[in-house]
Amino acid sequence: MVEQSIGKSVLRKEDLRFITGNGRYTGDIDLRGQTHGYFVRSPYAHAVVGEVDTSEARSMPGVVAILTGKQVAEDELGGLPCGWMIHSKDGSEMKQPLHPVMAATKVNYVGEPVALVVADSFDEAKNAAEHVSVDYEELPAVVSTAAAQSGPDIYAEAPGNTCYQWELGEKAATDAAIEGAAHVTRYSLTNNRLIPNALEPRAAIADFNRGTEELTLYTTSQNPHLARLILTAFVQIAPEHKLRIIAPDVGGGFGSKIFVYSEETALAWASMKLGVAIKWTAERSESFLADAHGRDHVSDAELAMDEEGNFLALRVKTTANMGAYLSTFASAVPTYLYGTLLAGQYKTPNIYVEVDSVFTNTAPVDAYRGAGRPEATFLVERIVDLAAKELGVDPAELRRKNMIQPADFPYQTPVALEYDIGDYEVSLNKALEMADYAGFANRKADSEANGKLRGIGLSCYIEACGLAPSALAGALGAGVGLWESGEVRVNPTGSVTVLTGTHSHGQGHETTFAQLVASRFGISVDDVEVVHGDTGKMDFGLGTYGSRSLSVGGSALSVAADKVVEKGRKIAAHLLEGDVDNIDFEDGEFRLKESNRSKTFQEIAFAAYVPHDYPIEELEPGLAEKAFYDPVNFTYPAGTHICEVEIDPETGVTEITKFTAVDDFGTIINPMIVEGQVHGGVAQGIGQAMLEQCVYDESGQLQTGSFMDYCMPRADDLPNFTVGMTTTVCTHNPVGAKGCGEAGAIGSPPAIINAITDAVGVRDISMPATPEKVWRAIQEQRA
Amino acid sequence: MSISVQLNVNGKSVKLDCPANTTLVDLIRERLELTGTHVGCDTSQCGACTVHLNGRAVKSCTILAAQCEGAEVTTIEGLGDTDNLHPMQEAFRECHGLQCGFCTPGMIMSAVDLVHREPSINERVIREGLEGNICRCTGYHNIVLAVESAAKKMRN
Repeated sequence: MVEQSIGKSVLRKEDLRFITGNGRYTGDIDLRGQTHGYFVRSPYAHAVVGEVDTSEARSMPGVVAILTGKQVAEDELGGLPCGWMIHSKDGSEMKQPLHPVMAATKVNYVGEPVALVVADSFDEAKNAAEHVSVDYEELPAVVSTAAAQSGPDIYAEAPGNTCYQWELGEKAATDAAIEGAAHVTRYSLTNNRLIPNALEPRAAIADFNRGTEELTLYTTSQNPHLARLILTAFVQIAPEHKLRIIAPDVGGGFGSKIFVYSEETALAWASMKLGVAIKWTAERSESFLADAHGRDHVSDAELAMDEEGNFLALRVKTTANMGAYLSTFASAVPTYLYGTLLAGQYKTPNIYVEVDSVFTNTAPVDAYRGAGRPEATFLVERIVDLAAKELGVDPAELRRKNMIQPADFPYQTPVALEYDIGDYEVSLNKALEMADYAGFANRKADSEANGKLRGIGLSCYIEACGLAPSALAGALGAGVGLWESGEVRVNPTGSVTVLTGTHSHGQGHETTFAQLVASRFGISVDDVEVVHGDTGKMDFGLGTYGSRSLSVGGSALSVAADKVVEKGRKIAAHLLEGDVDNIDFEDGEFRLKESNRSKTFQEIAFAAYVPHDYPIEELEPGLAEKAFYDPVNFTYPAGTHICEVEIDPETGVTEITKFTAVDDFGTIINPMIVEGQVHGGVAQGIGQAMLEQCVYDESGQLQTGSFMDYCMPRADDLPNFTVGMTTTVCTHNPVGAKGCGEAGAIGSPPAIINAITDAVGVRDISMPATPEKVWRAIQEQRA
Repeated sequence: MSISVQLNVNGKSVKLDCPANTTLVDLIRERLELTGTHVGCDTSQCGACTVHLNGRAVKSCTILAAQCEGAEVTTIEGLGDTDNLHPMQEAFRECHGLQCGFCTPGMIMSAVDLVHREPSINERVIREGLEGNICRCTGYHNIVLAVESAAKKMRN
């Protein structure tokens, strides 16, 4: 039993099906009699839609129907909503232009769906789509984030293309502190736009049964219940109890599969209209055009310090690109997941942030691994590094000097959050040791002797996970609660079925949650099955994002498991003829104190379902318990990442010679899985810092629309990672976990840019720091 | 235009008629219903569709079924099964070399071919050899460990 308990690297239960080709992703499912959908998409970034002529296409072989945005409008389908209301500093509500399921009168980004062709085969649907003729009258496109507010208005209701102008913190106090400061470091930056590129493209099958009036939607979702709520309550596709959403194996998400998109919505509507099952699988080109993108901020920041380098104030002005429409969570990302994190790990007493969110004629932008927190961390950890350079002090020591100390917890930041616990200096020290920070000077000398440049960079990040107390989220504008559900069903033979409202698409919940429950009951993980991803099977749940699954979903399971044990103790008390207060439960056995009498977990389970000798008058039969867990605070994973690079000055090619990540995630259930999450997150952070950049040209055409043009991290681009852990246990959830899914992508980019600028000896190199940019910086430095 | 193809897939002889523009991956997934082989892109970049054609790893999205007349094709389903895993499959599980599992079949098929054709296996050889297979989840660290581990077993 010990080898499967909490804290052990149990091999993943889910792996056998994936390594043998037995995974079942949406694209692997075929339904009898299904048809295939293909979307006609706008080739223009901004245009008035005139006549849509489908006559030629409709007569092509295999075509079943062609449905257009105009029919969506005629059917009075609701728009795709954004679930988080942000208020501007003047108190006004954010502008939320209609996000139609398919465009009827105007298209606002390249790739926006205009019509859906339904045919007997994929090839027939795609061929026919090329013969749908759409009259477009092109309009000038707004593309640049920084210039969006001076461009022509995309929507009459959003003057200056401004969605909202949000603020957080004390402006007057911050201004005054900066005014009187001994030293102010200033930094202007762009946080580059990224395309998530989960390796499984989005896909869906909508299957309406006219007899039962039930609609089943298979889709690549991180949160099937949330999708059902949006499709029923807002878009009003079908009644909630008649819509079943199944998210089977999902091939990565990273945020991009949280959102409810046009495609599965149109498919659901079309299936009901036509009475046929319709399948759609995105081609990668469609993923590039129409998956929600990430990041895309332009910011100016000022950090004020006294003579000793104590931080006095941070002032930030950010413009955040929302793209053409507000995607499902878009509005919350550059506000409550960004501005609230600007304190970082430091005791900066005054912080003020303004965020203008803008519309552009580009794909919608929403949460992507880290969602707001990478943008905040990059800004803080870059400006702190610049400050250290300007003051001529060691970057590690300037950070250490300003860190929140263990005695300061709970710590109220000036930007709304209350950190419950952490020990940032312990992580810093461990990372410095693991990275051999002290030996850097020697390594740099060696590199220089070989004609190479060498640099080292730190990042001490904090993030907020486990989103969030429902009442707080509601007060801040969230349209949903943010609790999680869990059910622990003990079967009569003592095996356990666990149902969770979270969704696993690579995170390994089937193993982690099994370990959590198995260790509580003293049974084998092989006797626990975790079920997720089907609204027909489990209670309503909020899904997986924001590294919330273990801290919120796992907590729900922990509470449910406690209820099972409590009921088991009552059953045991009856069978052992003792008082319930004298029943202990340990290592899978219910024991009567001061006796040698006990019942196994399995015996109690059997007694609960075969209640022949049972306290039936006081206790219902059965042994299945549910819990809905609402978090009482965010969780605050934190740590230090250190990157060391060596650069060939003749080519600008940068090699990461060592990447060290030391993280505090609270209680860890499965270290192997946690380290894997760190590896993957750091890889995406390296991608952002050195490789990836979404580029639109000035007319709004996507220039990086394939893996040939958008540089994904490949095996030979990345180093091995050195990963360490420190632990302060989360104070407010029963698991003690903080969440580990996003930290790698949050902590790593500033460490990398700090290392590269350190090596080259320049103030800044924008992300991604490609060999060309690095080479140019070296040339300018030498000139 | 329809063509007739005869080939051997995972040890079974297959003869079927298909449109001339049918790709090998379409034949495998849609006609033979072997859905372990995945499609992750449309530019022959991601490698999720990698299978063995006459013993060499190929991206099956870029091969026409018509080119496979008489060929031996092995997919992930033919490499090993749940009761008899190939050392590479076993190593991916033991080293946590997969997360969402979508790239995994293609990655494993490429890795097996890499070990067969490279005389010496080390981190650099593995990283360069798997450059044609994209994984968005793992950061490749554990994939490298898995291939190193499997290579030892395959050579013993």
